[in-house]
Amino acid sequence: MASQDITPVVKDSAKVSLLNDPKFRGYIFQAVAVLVIAGLVYWMVNNTITNLQRANLASGFGFLDGRSGFDISSSPYLAYSSDSTYLQALWVGILNTLTVAFAGIITATIIGFIIGIGRLSHNWLIRKICTVYVEVFRNVPPLLVIFFWYSGVLSVLPQARQSISLPFNMFLNNRGFFFPAPVFGEGAWLAGVGLLVGIVGTFLVRRWAYKRQMATGQQFPVGWTSLGLIVGLPLLALAIKGFPLSFDYPVLGAFNLRGGSQVGPEFMSLYLALSFYTASFIAEIVRAGIRGVGKGQSEAAHALGLRAGPTTRLVVVPQAMRIIIPPLTSQYLNLTKNSSLAVAIGYPDLVAVGGTILNQTNRSIEVVTIWLVVYLSISVLTSLFMNWFNAKMALVER
Amino acid sequence: MVDSNLSFVRTEMLQGQTPPLAERGVVKWVRTNLFAAPVDAVLTILALLLIAWFLPPVIRWAFIEAAWVGPDRSVCSTIAQGGIQPEGWSGACWAYVNANFNQFMYGRYPIEEHWRVNLVGVMFVLLLVPLLIPKVPYKVLNAITFFFIFPIVAFFLLVGGWLGLPYVETPLWGGLLVTLVISFVGICVSLPLGIILALGRRSKLPVIKMLCVIFIETIRGVPLITVLFMASYMLPLFLPPGVTFDKLLRALIGVALFASAYMAEVVRGGLQAIPKGQYEGADSLGLGYWQKTRLIILPQALKLVIPSIVNTFIGLFKDTSLVSVISMFDLLGIVKQHFSDANWASPQTPISGLVFAGFVFWIFCFGMSRYSLFMENRLDTGHKH
Repeated sequence: MASQDITPVVKDSAKVSLLNDPKFRGYIFQAVAVLVIAGLVYWMVNNTITNLQRANLASGFGFLDGRSGFDISSSPYLAYSSDSTYLQALWVGILNTLTVAFAGIITATIIGFIIGIGRLSHNWLIRKICTVYVEVFRNVPPLLVIFFWYSGVLSVLPQARQSISLPFNMFLNNRGFFFPAPVFGEGAWLAGVGLLVGIVGTFLVRRWAYKRQMATGQQFPVGWTSLGLIVGLPLLALAIKGFPLSFDYPVLGAFNLRGGSQVGPEFMSLYLALSFYTASFIAEIVRAGIRGVGKGQSEAAHALGLRAGPTTRLVVVPQAMRIIIPPLTSQYLNLTKNSSLAVAIGYPDLVAVGGTILNQTNRSIEVVTIWLVVYLSISVLTSLFMNWFNAKMALVER
Repeated sequence: MVDSNLSFVRTEMLQGQTPPLAERGVVKWVRTNLFAAPVDAVLTILALLLIAWFLPPVIRWAFIEAAWVGPDRSVCSTIAQGGIQPEGWSGACWAYVNANFNQFMYGRYPIEEHWRVNLVGVMFVLLLVPLLIPKVPYKVLNAITFFFIFPIVAFFLLVGGWLGLPYVETPLWGGLLVTLVISFVGICVSLPLGIILALGRRSKLPVIKMLCVIFIETIRGVPLITVLFMASYMLPLFLPPGVTFDKLLRALIGVALFASAYMAEVVRGGLQAIPKGQYEGADSLGLGYWQKTRLIILPQALKLVIPSIVNTFIGLFKDTSLVSVISMFDLLGIVKQHFSDANWASPQTPISGLVFAGFVFWIFCFGMSRYSLFMENRLDTGHKH
């Protein structure tokens, strides 16, 4: 009986109109979407070609070999002059972006971890100070923080003649931060070799010590050995060669400081602003990460006889890192992207240099494409590295 | 004979003694919260030193020494700088903020038309406040008015050119007005667009999914400035010759697209957190895709990610300050533009203006984050996934 009831239903469903078939409707829907997008792209490309022809603008990346004709205030790695090509200018911009992003990431991580741990302190005063820091910096635009450092603090510093002297022959004035530049003499290469050997040695010692502890339970003072290897070997190398290292100290002249190395106020304000701003977000991530580790974990560690220090170092932090790393990655990427705010204070990063080129040559499509490609590559590379790091730290379940 | 009188049974309880001085009141609080261990004591003293070093100069600068009113830069500069203040004076130049307050709020919007902006502002507050207070009834009506009718009314009021209202072109707009217009439009556009993109990214149709992924990941991978440059330099190229776009509208498109990509990822997080049973339950009730999404999935998903949504709003609000890079004058842009005002240029002007702008931004962002905390607690039904 029942089967007789069902059979016609099945036959009916086979005869369902094509319009009500979800699969068919899906195809139609996608085809329409593709057609609409393709039409839109065709229309835009067509308009662009017409517009370019009307304005007599050329296109293509050939312009990159042309003479740039503008100066870049800060090019620490590449020799650059206004006779260099646009391509070289862009390289300077990319390197500047990477420099400020890298320096900012390191500082922001350090400040962020300190503040984040401070927010979990038992000490009421420390807790409140850290909370105020986070709430202040999280709720103002990064651009404002950059302007604050640039126009509010660094540009009202004294003139070069009244430079503020800091220890170790360092000076601070409204033209930036001046510090002694190391000058490597004959035979200083041995120190570099020493450093390299020290790093490799540290790596080997760590592996050996870990294996030995796994096998015998005996611990080895890895920390002190590493410090000795990394700092001691280069020093030893320098001592053998009779310290071929001297410093070029900045000297106060009549109008400006001469000699030494200089970091301009643009870099300083961008670097400080990005570090302080991003640190407030990292602090929140760190706090959430540490609180995400169950209380039972540290109680179990205490029960095993671990003291507070080893408990934090060996039990809480490794587990907190698993929670911390993914959002930390996106903060690093945010910092890198926010470094593009350099254009507002004239630090020659990729966007600022690209903007100048765009204004000179009117090649908006090409310049914007370069921006997109560079930033997307940085994003992808950072994500890949952090994903690898995350996989290394991730929970290995049995 | 047993003398029952000898036995002693206490008939009333002893009065509890107050704990020792070290275990109660302020002393105990200080001991546990400030001086629990030697390290804590050192940290507390260091923190107190930091506060003592940092706070008094700031208070002196911001309040005691500050120049509150004045006609021009002379009140904000020392005698050596051509002003009236004694040598070594350092105080905030609130007089500069005072004198330019209208500029900071309205930009170059004609002064006799300021009432239009004020009217829009009053309408905004009157519609927003009841929407935010959970107990006020007529939420749906209120929301429809706020998100659909108000923008149209505000548009015609602000732009003008009808009913005898003079036309005010957008390059004249500026200050907080532009900041709020961009954020409001950005928020209103990015949430629905973000939801659509997130649904598209989780769609079973491969083409739709791929298009959404490409859009979201491209936008999220690049800085907002490049998107704004794209909107302001490339958009005109994409359009037929002769069609021009308002500059403000171009910035709006850039900001809204940028925010919707981030919103999409937030919403996707919420969608992923909904257990499969909810989808299957909706299917078994015979709901179609849109009914299922609208009635079952989205209400739960959005509730889960309220904090992240508000964080995206806060980020959008802060990001509006970037439009000053493509030479539009939002609050920060106009404050910065006035640094070079010859009438007010003094060493204290930039920092005073920036502190003021920062304070305004801070109030809005802090308010939003507190409100999201409040809503999160209110909507917490106790069963988080």
